Amino acid sequence: MKLIKVNGEEKETVSMFVSEFLEELSIDPRPVAIELNREILPKKDYKTTILNDGDQLEIVWFVSGG
Amino acid sequence: MEKDKLLIAGKEFTSRLMVGTGKYDDYVLMAKAIEASGAEIVTVAVRRVNISDRSKESLLDHIDLKKYTLLPNTAGCYSAEDAVRTCRLAREAGLSDFVKLEVLGDEKTLFPNNEELLKAAQILVKEGFTVLPYTSDDPIVCKKLQDIGCAAVMPLGAPIGSGLGIRNPYNLRIILESVSVPVIVDAGVGTASDAAIAMELGCDGVLMNTAIAGATDPVAMAEAMNLAVRAGRLAYLAGRIPRKLYATASSPLKGVIE
Repeated sequence: MKLIKVNGEEKETVSMFVSEFLEELSIDPRPVAIELNREILPKKDYKTTILNDGDQLEIVWFVSGG
Repeated sequence: MEKDKLLIAGKEFTSRLMVGTGKYDDYVLMAKAIEASGAEIVTVAVRRVNISDRSKESLLDHIDLKKYTLLPNTAGCYSAEDAVRTCRLAREAGLSDFVKLEVLGDEKTLFPNNEELLKAAQILVKEGFTVLPYTSDDPIVCKKLQDIGCAAVMPLGAPIGSGLGIRNPYNLRIILESVSVPVIVDAGVGTASDAAIAMELGCDGVLMNTAIAGATDPVAMAEAMNLAVRAGRLAYLAGRIPRKLYATASSPLKGVIE
């Protein structure tokens, strides 16, 4: 079990890869963008990037705005 | 008018009105208003996905990306660092280089922090972004933004959401003389005549959100803004008559009955 900080919330997970973790959170990877430890994580790397204990994720998407 | 296109970083647009997607009661109303506005560029914000509640609909389900160019903003950012991070995320999410850069100074006025704005613009231009900065109606800052390599400058007409209209048309005129990139009035418009005034001054476009979304009938106001921006542009191109203090008769002076 590892502890991941995602969008400011702490989550426990057994997911190995970022793509698995997104699935666990029911997040469609297509419309989102992700920062892993403050660096952009390109979409093509979701499936191969391993999550480590203490990692920080920001998962964002577009919302209404002016 | 047919050939009168707005050119931003080599991309051609027919409409000179840009609209925001915020503050609508629902997405259906938003989509109708955007349609009525005739806008081709729509602004969006970048925010955290709600991890605990995944029930919310996606904004992008209601915007046809074949028809509209998304312009992600950095609203809510108060430092160059946060704005740059937001832009990088926006590019990753949207696969486009266009960003509306705003770095705010304080919550009450939402006026730009130009020092941080210039810093952020410099970094983003270097990273290949097409930067459209929301700025004060300050000709010196606008010139600096152009020199950095911004694709347009977007001076405010009045504070965001205030509806006060074009408070300083003279500054806008100086800005128009100072820069060669498109000048787009961003923020402050309250009603159709405000948009027309901006366009009559020679501005290249107008960006608004609250004036439409906050109107009693947003779809009707969107259409009014569409017409106002086109009317203002046409009047600018047509060349208005000079202002004179005294009358000039429109009917012949000769042949009046005695």
